[in-house]
Amino acid sequence: MPTQDMLGREVHVDDEGFLTEYDEWDEKLGAELAKNIGVAMTDEHWKVITFLRTDYKSQGTTATTRRVDAVGGFPVKLQFQLFPAKPAKKMAYIAGLPKPAGCV
Amino acid sequence: MRRLLVIGAGTAGVITVNKLRKKLPRSEWEITVVDPADTHDYQPGYLFLAVGMYTPKKVGRPLAKLIPRGVNLVKAAVQDVKPAENVVVLTDGTVLAYDYLVIATGTTPRPDQTPGMDGKLWHDSVHSFYTYADALALRDKLEKFEGGKVVVHVTEMPIKCPVAPLEIAFLAEAYFTKRGIRDKVQMTYVTPLPGAFTKPVAAAALGDMLGKRRITVEPDYIIERVDEDAKAIFSYDEREIPFDLLVTIPLNMGADFIGRSGLGDELNFVSVNKETLQSTKFANVFAVGDATNAPTSKAGAVAHYELDLFPKNFLQLIAGKEMTHKFDGHATCFVESGHGKGLLIDFSYDVEPLPGSFPIPVLGPMRLLKETRLNHLGKLAFRFVYWWLLLPGRYIPISPYMSMRGKRRPAGN
Repeated sequence: MPTQDMLGREVHVDDEGFLTEYDEWDEKLGAELAKNIGVAMTDEHWKVITFLRTDYKSQGTTATTRRVDAVGGFPVKLQFQLFPAKPAKKMAYIAGLPKPAGCV
Repeated sequence: MRRLLVIGAGTAGVITVNKLRKKLPRSEWEITVVDPADTHDYQPGYLFLAVGMYTPKKVGRPLAKLIPRGVNLVKAAVQDVKPAENVVVLTDGTVLAYDYLVIATGTTPRPDQTPGMDGKLWHDSVHSFYTYADALALRDKLEKFEGGKVVVHVTEMPIKCPVAPLEIAFLAEAYFTKRGIRDKVQMTYVTPLPGAFTKPVAAAALGDMLGKRRITVEPDYIIERVDEDAKAIFSYDEREIPFDLLVTIPLNMGADFIGRSGLGDELNFVSVNKETLQSTKFANVFAVGDATNAPTSKAGAVAHYELDLFPKNFLQLIAGKEMTHKFDGHATCFVESGHGKGLLIDFSYDVEPLPGSFPIPVLGPMRLLKETRLNHLGKLAFRFVYWWLLLPGRYIPISPYMSMRGKRRPAGN
């Protein structure tokens, strides 16, 4: 896996820049990742990201938009407002989680 | 007497009881299967039914004929599973106790989950083909169709038979061409995925095939509602796509009783260990076929491979041994591409569909990810394999494990 220098630290990423090591992430890095894709983080954004982090820890997979809605309580419409166009991908990127698996 | 209870007599449920009845002594094990249906349908036939290639007669057989002697068939629907009490409650209140439970209730299209989808336009200009009734309604609609905007649409993954929406697009295109109205039809393929399919190599090949057929792809589309008055679908990011005929694959969900039982995920698919198919919550509960949350295709081929392994694991479990036959997510699918041709794809949890060749005794080797006449014939022949070999649990000389033999990874992937 390639590594990338971010905020003076070396982090492990995949070819699309998604972090591959859960524990290398912290909020500072999350803010930096958000900046990379043009998302201005608010409290509302952080609530969603915190849910994704917590859910990943218990489930071992990145939550889908449906799960973020049904279990996290953030409606899909809101997810699209906060993370325009590709919420699933953007949320995972900022939260330092693997891109949600395209189901086969 | 120990009791094995199977819920659902679709592909996975019927194979389960046929295989396990042969392995479990009748003097020690009672096997019961519960299903409300009279008829068991060959579900790949729905696609052919919709485009007039099959008559209804080719699709179904009486369910009772598929259940072996020594298995109790209970014609009923399940109200609740209570895994902590080891009982299943039927809708008429009857309680069935079990020692081991296998859930094989598959996945159900739920047009009621998208606003406007199953309203006044349902079976009028909004259609699907995942049930017998839906396939017949679409057939009647296509027969009368004279041109306009045709939108083939996938609501959300996962869905049963993830290649079927591509197949209906290819077959409808061939159908319009044959009827001489292709130039009067604009076709769009709308998908929540970033491309035509889930994995890059197959997505590129299948995307090219859509392009060659002048079918526009609208990717990353998450539907919010069907607007019945505007006759258009709208996404959460406000993309409006008008239609004269919408062929949609509604949201797929597992049975509602799975949700109530606590055994399922947010789509009511049973949470299982993806290698053994054992419930993550109760050691005497399993799920097979489409009813699981295993991250592989929901398809008959997956049920087939799972059930080459599950009975062996089950015998180990009841003998107090470790289950060693680990499922790798193997799936093999014929993809009809119209004009008498088809493709074949073969993949697993870890390996995406790749080009090359696939060994099938007698018929094969078949070409992978490439349109051939032989692949189409293979798909047609499979109906006989299904009724006479697969459902009765007879030996089929194809390995349940994915093999790299014959496969090539294109440069740069």
